[in-house]
Amino acid sequence: MIRFENVSKVYPRSTRPALSDIDLDVERGEFVFVVGSSGSGKSTLLRLVLKEEGVSKGSVLVAGQDVGRLPSRKVPRLRREIGTVFQDFRLLPNKTVYQNVAFALQVLGRSGHAIRQVVPETLEMVGLDGKEKRLPHELSGGEQQRVAIARAFVNKPPILLCDEPTGNLDPTTSLDIVRLLDRINRTGTTIVMATHDDDIVDQLRKRVVELKNGHIIRDENKGVYGSGR
Amino acid sequence: MRLQFMLSEIWIGLRRNLSIAVSVMLVTMVSVFLLGIGLLVQQQVDTLKGFWYDRVQVTVFMCGPNSPEKACASGTVTAQQRESIKTQLAEMEPLVKNVYYESEQQAFDRFKEQYKNSPISDYLQVGDIPQNYRVQLSDPTKFAVVASAVEGAPGVASVQDQKKTLDKLFKVMNVVTVGSLVLAGLMVLCSVLLMATTIRQAAFSRRRETGIMKLVGASNLTIRLPFVLETVLAALLGVGLAVGGLWGATGYLLPRVARVLPAAPLIGEGAVWVLAPWLAGLMLVVAVLTSWATLRRYLRV
Repeated sequence: MIRFENVSKVYPRSTRPALSDIDLDVERGEFVFVVGSSGSGKSTLLRLVLKEEGVSKGSVLVAGQDVGRLPSRKVPRLRREIGTVFQDFRLLPNKTVYQNVAFALQVLGRSGHAIRQVVPETLEMVGLDGKEKRLPHELSGGEQQRVAIARAFVNKPPILLCDEPTGNLDPTTSLDIVRLLDRINRTGTTIVMATHDDDIVDQLRKRVVELKNGHIIRDENKGVYGSGR
Repeated sequence: MRLQFMLSEIWIGLRRNLSIAVSVMLVTMVSVFLLGIGLLVQQQVDTLKGFWYDRVQVTVFMCGPNSPEKACASGTVTAQQRESIKTQLAEMEPLVKNVYYESEQQAFDRFKEQYKNSPISDYLQVGDIPQNYRVQLSDPTKFAVVASAVEGAPGVASVQDQKKTLDKLFKVMNVVTVGSLVLAGLMVLCSVLLMATTIRQAAFSRRRETGIMKLVGASNLTIRLPFVLETVLAALLGVGLAVGGLWGATGYLLPRVARVLPAAPLIGEGAVWVLAPWLAGLMLVVAVLTSWATLRRYLRV
């Protein structure tokens, strides 16, 4: 589903490459933790998949398309295949829970009928039914992140990227959120989650890819957080 | 749904940036108003030119008893000389369309009539304006041909071209036109810069929304169109106000001009309605180009 082939990324005005010579293959339906300390290249890895950054060397293939060669007018289509969740939720503060989720479909030109059907379903799935009319600031951090996940998933993308989605949450809430992601994963969605939450990684026992200074130093199935600490 | 969503986004955007949207509207109004005034004056000058050039005459003054010109050293024009001048003029058909004779008394009466409110006419006596031929030309620019033919002929004091006087007037009006067009150009530049600033600010204040749009894969058009339409809307409202202003100005000024120049053809208020779509079209193009160029720079994917 996502394949990195000899990928390097050097940011301009930077001496050290953010990623160097990465080879990685994520299969359809996999759940992968990308771990490593700050600055190890986790976020860069996700940004390359979204084409928020271009690669310096090598190629990134997402759902069979070479992202590096994608003309910019086709980038929106790529991003419709990928849901994204961030540490800071990125909700629109003056829109309700329902409107925040519906926004993702409205800007894609979906019909009102489809939106009225899909949004409540998705909100129910993430456990927010009954809170449709709340504004983001009236919700707890965990609930806000559920809204963000609902927004990322409402268009049923085959891939979900999560950049430290539990970074702002307490341990119990974090576990709830990852359980939710696990449930989404079981519907066949490929999930790549960057994190440095060792508890979660150790509990879920999924595939773990560890980055250090832009290199992959470990890639194991049913791994633990391990040496990164 | 799509259209409704777009409209609601535009409405939210305009409300959030109301003061600056109003300033875009007003600057557009002033620039379009000046542009319209310039173009209307130009149009009026063109109609007047046609009208007056058709009536413009070359006057051949003949020697009177008191004529100071050198050519008149031998005294008043004789009847024979007068006849030979007339024949000479008549031979220059088709350039010469008509020749009218005006006696000293007729010239005096006409002057008195035209300047009846001026104190000069009180001092004027019969004979101060010499008898003359008024020559109408088929092509008023070919004054020199007529002048060279009769100037220096016995009994001719001087040849005067009314067109020269008119040209001075038109020159003044042209300066007014060019001046207002230059001002209008500067104001259009102002509105372009203001539109660009507005969009920069709007793009900044809505970076959260546009960021999410990009993330979920909204097309460039969907992301940019609300900004473009907001600018276009503000600009077109400005054009609307300016056209209203032009309509008011012509409605106020034209009757006053008509009182001064009763016979002259004036552009009507209809000219404003003919001009309006062009002004709106121009500002539409300006607004779309400006906003698109600004968005390319400040709202990258």
